[in-house]
Order: sequence, then C-alpha cells, then structure tokens
Amino acid sequence: MGTQAFDEIMGPPEREGARSELVDLCHWLQATPADELRRRQEAAETTFRQLGITFAVYGDSDASERIIPFDIVPRIFLAREWARLSEGLIQRVEAINAFLHDIYGERRILREGVLPEDLILGNAQFRPEIAGIRPPHDVWAHICGIDLVRTGPDDFFVLEDNARTPSGVSYMLENREAMVRLCPELFSQFRVAAVDSYPDMLLETMRSVSPRGCGQNPTCVVLTPGHYNSAYYEHSFLADSMGVELVEAADLVVDDDVVYMRTIAGRVKVDVIYRRVDDDFLDPLVFRPDSMLGVPGLIAAYAAGKVAIINAPGNGIADDKAIYSYMPEIVRFYSGGEAKLPNVETWRCREPQALKYVLDHLDELVVKLVDGSGGYGMLVGPTASRQEIETFRAALIAEPHRYIAQPTLALSTVPTLADSGLSPRHVDFRPFVLTGSKGVKVVPGGLTRVALKEGSLVVNSSQGGGTKDSFVLMDDANAMTQSMGGMTQSIGADGMVQSLGNADLTREVR
Amino acid sequence: MRLSIDHRTTYRFTEPQARVVQLLRMTPRNTHDQIVADWHIALDCDARITEGQDGFGNATTILYIDGPVDRIDLSVTGEVVTSHSDGVLHGTLEPLPARLFLRDTPLTRADAAITDFARDVIGDEGGTVAALHRLNHAVGDRFTLARGRPEPGLAVADAFTRGAATPRDLAHVFIAAARARGVPARYVSGYCDRLEDNRPAPHGWADAWIEGLGWVGFDPMLRRSPEEHHVRVAVGFDAVGASPVAGTRMGEGDERLDVAVSVNAEG
Amino acid sequence: MLSRTAASLYWLGRYLERADFIARLVEATVRLDVLSSRPAGEAAWRSALAVTDTEAAFEASGAPLTREAVVAFLSTDTSHPGSIVRCLHAARDNARAVRTALSREAWSAINGAWLIFDRRVTPLDSTATLGLVDKVKAETRGFEGAVHRMLRNQTTLFIRLGQVIERADNTARLLDVKYHLLLPAGESIGGTVDRDQWTTILQTVSAVTAYRWLYNDGLQPANVIDLLLSRAELPRSVAGAIDETVSILNSLAKSLGGQGEADRMARGRHQRTLHTRTGDVIASGLHQHLEALIVENDQLHAAIGRQFKFN
Repeated sequence: MGTQAFDEIMGPPEREGARSELVDLCHWLQATPADELRRRQEAAETTFRQLGITFAVYGDSDASERIIPFDIVPRIFLAREWARLSEGLIQRVEAINAFLHDIYGERRILREGVLPEDLILGNAQFRPEIAGIRPPHDVWAHICGIDLVRTGPDDFFVLEDNARTPSGVSYMLENREAMVRLCPELFSQFRVAAVDSYPDMLLETMRSVSPRGCGQNPTCVVLTPGHYNSAYYEHSFLADSMGVELVEAADLVVDDDVVYMRTIAGRVKVDVIYRRVDDDFLDPLVFRPDSMLGVPGLIAAYAAGKVAIINAPGNGIADDKAIYSYMPEIVRFYSGGEAKLPNVETWRCREPQALKYVLDHLDELVVKLVDGSGGYGMLVGPTASRQEIETFRAALIAEPHRYIAQPTLALSTVPTLADSGLSPRHVDFRPFVLTGSKGVKVVPGGLTRVALKEGSLVVNSSQGGGTKDSFVLMDDANAMTQSMGGMTQSIGADGMVQSLGNADLTREVR
Repeated sequence: MRLSIDHRTTYRFTEPQARVVQLLRMTPRNTHDQIVADWHIALDCDARITEGQDGFGNATTILYIDGPVDRIDLSVTGEVVTSHSDGVLHGTLEPLPARLFLRDTPLTRADAAITDFARDVIGDEGGTVAALHRLNHAVGDRFTLARGRPEPGLAVADAFTRGAATPRDLAHVFIAAARARGVPARYVSGYCDRLEDNRPAPHGWADAWIEGLGWVGFDPMLRRSPEEHHVRVAVGFDAVGASPVAGTRMGEGDERLDVAVSVNAEG
Repeated sequence: MLSRTAASLYWLGRYLERADFIARLVEATVRLDVLSSRPAGEAAWRSALAVTDTEAAFEASGAPLTREAVVAFLSTDTSHPGSIVRCLHAARDNARAVRTALSREAWSAINGAWLIFDRRVTPLDSTATLGLVDKVKAETRGFEGAVHRMLRNQTTLFIRLGQVIERADNTARLLDVKYHLLLPAGESIGGTVDRDQWTTILQTVSAVTAYRWLYNDGLQPANVIDLLLSRAELPRSVAGAIDETVSILNSLAKSLGGQGEADRMARGRHQRTLHTRTGDVIASGLHQHLEALIVENDQLHAAIGRQFKFN
C-alpha cells in the first residue's frame, strides 16, 4: 500500500525524478545536507518548546506537555491544484451552512426525503434546545476545518468535516514562521501565498457577524475552557494575534440578555464570542443542568440576537460521522450541483445492498463504527487476521446500522526527514475555511499532518504524528482564475479565494 | 372550567449569593383548550426579567438577580380557563417533529425490565389509542402514589423497582415504555386540581404521539387522559427538560428549596 | 482588563518574586555555611526555613537538618508550596493563564525558569543545585528586563504590584528572623558583630554594594536594619516596596480613572513610614513593628483583591 502511493513532490510511483513543477524543490532537498536539515528542524522544535506550543497528553503525568514533532520539508500545492481544491471547499462549506440553517429551521431536507428523518432526530448532535434560533447574519459554521486526503495531483477526498471548534491553525502559522526563519531561500525561490493574515481575516469574519446595533466597533473575545485545555496555546495565540481578550466562562456574565465581561473597571459588553468550548459547557441553564460550568444565560442572549457565537451552537450535527456519508446528497440538495470535492467512498451498512458488498469484500475494506472514535471498533481488512474479519462479519450482520465501510486509500506521501535521511511518509491535510456575512474565504495554507512511522497511515499527534508547513504556490502570472458559473475567483495576490455567487445562499433558501 | 393556580417557591441560601440566574418555564400558553386569563410571576427582590421561548416552544423567563441575596421568594399566580378535549392536543405550539421524542435521556432510559413491561402491555400494537390507555392504566396500577417531592436525578429504571412513585416517576415510566415500543413520548409539566393543596411540586404527566390523531395526553396517576382539570405549562424529553426552574448561583453554601402548589377549580 | 487576568498577573508577580527571594536566600545561606571562616551550620539552615515559613513542612518531611537536605527542600522539593520549583510552577501557571498579555520575551523567561526544573527528577548535590539557583536568578532577571521592555500598561503594573507586595513581606520576614537569631533578647545592639551573618542578610536582598555607598562606618546592625527597613533608595527595602506600591497604584488609578480602598490604605502606610525613624523602632521593639508590617501588608493584599474584583 505504502509503496504504491503518489508522492506529492516526486510524482506517481512509476515516475523517475520529481514532478516537473517541483524540480527546484527537489534540487533544494538534494543540495541541502540531511544534517543541515536536521539542525534546522531541531532549531524549530526548540523554538516551539520555548514558546510553549505544547499539547497535553492525557494519562501521561510526567511529560504532561509535549510539542508536536515538526518536519522541515514543506508540502506544496500548485496554484491550479489549489484553485480547484478551493472551489470544492467553498461549495462544501456553503452547503454545511445551508444545511445547518435548514435543519434548525424549516427542515426542508427531511420533508423532501433527502435524508432519513431518524438520522437527524435520533442523533444526539441535533440540539432541539436551540432549534428556531437564528444566528446573526444566518452564519453557522464560521470556521471550518475540512480534513482531506489525496491520492493523485487532483484527487482529493474529504475524510471528515469539522464545523464545531476545529483546531490546528496555530500550527499553520507557527510552522510558517519557523520555515521563513530557517529556510528563507525557499521563499525567494517559490512564490508562496502568505498565511500570516489569518488573524486579521478571522477578526474580520468575527466583526462581520456581530449583531446589528453593535456599532462600528463590536467587542470580540475568544472563549477558552482554560489553560489546562490541550489546545490552550492556540486559544491564547489567536486572542493575542487578534488583539482581543481571552476569556473563560467565569469572566462572562449575562444580564438582561446582554453578555458582559468582568474587568477591573467593571462590566464591558461583549458582542462576538469565538468559543473554543463544547456546546455542553456553554450554558448550564440549557445544555447541562447538572453542570455548573459555562455562562448562565448565554443562550438566552444568543436567542435574543444580542451576541454572536462562533461557531454556532448545534453545529455538531453537520460534522457527525453518521451524517458524513450523506454529504454528497447534502451538497447536491443545497448547491444544486454535484460535490466538487468527493467523500471517500462509503458504504452504509444500514442499506442491504451496501451490506452485501461489504460482507463480500471485508478483506479489502476499512470498517468503522459510526459512533466510534480514535480507531476503536475499526477493522482494517488488508492487515486483519481471518479471526478478526470473522468477528467483524458477525458484528456487522447483527447490527449493520452501526457500521460504515470505506476502501483503503493509497494516501499520498511527501519526502520527510527520517533517521535514515529523506524518505516518503503519508500525509493528510486540514485547510481552514472562514465564513462571514460577506462570503466564504479559504485560507491559502493549512495544517499538514504526517505519519512519521514508515508506512503508517496514522497522523494523529497522540500516536506519533507530526506536522509540516503547507505551501500554496501563486501563479507566476499572478493570474485571476474565474469560473463563470459559480463566480468563484482565485486571487493570487492576497492569497485568498472568495466566492461571491453563493454567499447569500442561506438567505435564498428561506 | 376555571382553574386558579398558586405556586410558591422559596430558595434559602446558607451563605449570601453574589448572583443568581434562573430560567423559568412557568408560563402556560394559550391552546385550543386552555385560555390563560390571568398570569403573574412575582419576585421579592430586584431582578432583570426577560421573556423568551425555547426550542421546544415553551415560554421561558430569565431572572437575573444581583446579590448579595440569601433568600428568593418566587410566586406564580394565575387563572386558566380549560375545556374538555378527550386528551387530544389542539392548537399547541409544535416547532419540532414528533419523532424527535423517541430519543431517550439518562432519566428516561428503559432497562430490560421496562422494555419487557412495555412489550407485555403494548405488544405489537404500537401507538394506538387503546394500547396507550392500557399502558397508562398499567403504569398507574403498578405503583402507589408517593407524596413528597420527587427525588432529584432518580432514573426511571430505579424508580421502576420501587413500590411507590411520584407523578413525575409515573410519567417517566410511561414515557420510557412508550419509546421502547417506538412511540414518541414526552414529559409535560403543569398543574392539576385533582391533587391536594400545598403540594411540594407541580404536576407532571406524559404526551404520546398517535399517528392520525397527533399528540395525546396521558396521566398515569389519574389513569386517564388529562382533560379540563389540567393546565399544560412546558414539555421536554423528561422532567428535567420541562422543569419549572433551572438555576445557577454564584456563591458558597447550600440551598434549601420549599415549594407549595395549590390549584382550585372555580365552577 | 479582565479581573481574572489582573489577578493572574498579580499572582505571577508574587510567585516569581518569592521564587527569586528563596533562590537568593538559599545562595546566601550556602555561602554563610560553606565559605565563612566560622561555619554557621544548623542555625543558619533553621533560620532559612524560618524566613520562608517552612519549618513545620520541613519537620514533617523527616529529613535531617543538613545543608543538602534544606537546599533540596527549598529548591527542588515539590511536596510543599514553599520551594522554588513550586513557586515557579505557580508563576508559570498564572503566566499561562494570561499568555496573551505577556510579551514573548517575558513568557520565555518564565517558561525558561520552569524548564530548568521540569526535566529534573533526581536529587542533586548542593553544588549542582546552586547552579540551578543561579539559572533561576538569571531567568527572573531576564523576566524583569522583559517586563521593563513591555508596554508600561496595566499588565506590567499588576505584575509589579504583586512583586512589591511580596517583596515587602519577604524583606520584613528576613529582617525579623535574622535579627532574632543574631541578637537574642537582652543582647545589646552594639555588641560584637558577626560580619558574615550580617553580610548574608545584605546578600539576600542584593544590598552589599548599596550598604557601602550609604554607610561609611562599617558593618553596623542598626545600619543594616535602617537600610532594609527605611531606605526607599534600596528597591528591596520595606520602605522601597511601600513607596513603589503607592506609585503603582497611582498609575493604575490614572489609567482607570478612579481610586479605591487599596489606594487609601497604601497611601496611609506610606505616610507613616515617612515619619518612622529606625532608631525609635529598634528602641520600641523591632519584632512588634515588623509583625505589624506583615499583617498590614496582608490587609493591603486583600484590599487590592477587592478593589480590582479578583474574585
């Protein structure tokens, strides 16, 4: 499997030498001694440790804070690849927003029978508590992280949507800063789209969705569960780089349906909250009556239209595993066209025909529990024993609705600095997509996660995964590509892609 | 029938509280069979009060109370004119699809005993009027009525093993059993004049969804459908979701809660 | 500024100051014990424990009263809150909670100080521990520098406020314990001076040079007391801390456009120090005076918490 993969720099397996567009990068890799690459990599990791860019590992009390390994070899997207990818991302995020607007409003998609009713109503991620509330400017999924895998130059597949509180953007920014400092020659050689405007874009997105009547200068804050949270560094980093307060629930009070923060000079009204806490801990009056955590009255303020919550409560229904396999239908329903960015092919075992296929091909497929996570309750057919396969066969027949199956993909690789020198390693990718009241923007970069173990497909940081910088190259001509139909334009210069045509889709749907 | 309601709630805190925020679901709405003639929520201390509506269509009131406060007296009084409806709901605000109420909660999760009970009573009949009335009787017959306040956090599976049950627990058993047979069911909190005065809690019963009829009320304590003797106030997946008060406070110490509910029919 | 942020900054200042103070105290005591012509031995270590208010915790640990044991106890022992490592941990915890308010440089210094200990698990001999203590001092100096280079805003003011409140307490304690130890009741202040002992006090507050500048007549206990108690020119003196508390609170009041009980209390305390003469204090009872100072400092600490709504 590993040896057959498309390498993003070296090209398809049968190819001799690098992809023609990336010959220069290949030269750089050859010309820079491995020791020198390693020295730079270690310098970057030292900086990360000093800055405290760490994540907490649960159940590991001794080394409770670790850095995620960083790999010095960047992962590169050509301008035309990125433009196509962006179109797909925009279409998907617009569909996610339209879906959330519909599912907590009219539920047209259920009435028209596109999705099985029980899939939504029986799903704990569908939050009836907030049904009927309309977020300011009808934007729900302001910040999406779409997890992708790649098998060829233009063959991207969505592995997972993250429409709740996707993390990782600080790695995108810190990795870039390290690369600029340690490998400046790459940036004079390649025209790499800048990502450092992300905090400005995010703040702009937040301000654009502030409730009406907040005036020219809405007060924005980042809400964190606190500094013991594993992603705290990112929360503080984002608040810091946007120049807004980083608050915890105890810093906020709601009075008369207005949210305030407690300051040394008294209360200050808050208009937009980028929350990095789960729905369950937003408001104990609404979501978890048994919990004292959260901000009592926050949902009342939100329902009264006095505060914007980013991302909107209830978004979990859009990125749930059980919903994932229906995303092509969801995209088609709201955008009127086929999904430009396909899912990984998925067989829903609840459907008899799919179940039959899966049972016939168990040794080729990955079978997953719909409600499982972290690799628990998963069968990887090609590496499983006869015994494991038969155990799964019995489980599948007993409760087919709990399972989905997917083919094992030949994930792309990127050269990575291993102990023995440069060697291909599998990667995945999380680009970040921002939606404000003025449309959808794709940040030209993202988080590349790399499985550092040879042949491994597991990129999770808790299981030996690392990160790489992700370069998005700009066209030499700095050209604008336009697709007439959707009016999607890719503007190389400021490195962002905007969609104008469907920005108000949610409003048309009503 | 004209029902007059007097629902008094007193919170006493052993230490003064810096702040109290409460969500009330204490305001009945007009339906085809229930007209709210007069309704007041009164508080003995300064507070900001806002009105709203939750996802289930319940009218909500939020109280924002500044401290220091060591006692809160909340009094709800009003008059509601009801009419006979055979238990079938007409004109209620229903923002959510009925099948949502197949979902269970920690308090209403059926265990094997309840599942067996439901199968014995309902069989394969599903949500028919007859089957659900059988269930309503079977639940009511199974327990003696427990007086006193419902035990907080008591799961239905535990309540089912006991000999005595509060109206809340009876409703939970009905709901868990109905859902176990694939019938959407929900908790209703409200008032009923068929109980003695100065009760320590408002009343609670269940709604079940019957295809072709819609939502129908079932009161297992009375072993019949609610009629003109009931005033509906709020619905939810369980008693916690429909509870009259959800509150949070900022401050040390313990709290003591006293509730007295009286409902009287006037002609 | 968020009230919680202000509280964290203030505590960050207190804990870092405390870590720095303990580091100095350990270092000065080691010198006294090892380098002086007449090693002070157990008494010196007992007094170090007394200054840091950790005698009971040390006794509970069951360790012998030796140089190695006390140095380890005050530096790297995580079992009680009075060690350098625990103070640094608390400082870093508060710093993490206000990461956004600090400059990268300031954060790096705190994180650096914490990292010095983070990877140590095995006990060290006292030479190695002294090496660590030295590094801690370097990082806290780095932090001070970084704070000075940060914007002179509320962030730095709250850190400094925590530092000066802690400093007043530490210096008062140091003076109280050492004075008792060196001049047991009844002994006259003009008696034979143990040069090394008194030098230790000056070293702990980095005042050896300052003393030479300010007093010409050699090492006199009354002068040392005067310097640590009443000379506002010395940053680590009680008077200096009291002075700076007023000016920090003034700056905060200016930026917030209002004053409160902490301001009034700090100004009252300042007024009284201006009229306090060291000779009178010694005559009427230094111990009582220092005790009252420590209590008053605690009251001011509480008033600051109320005024800026720390809770």
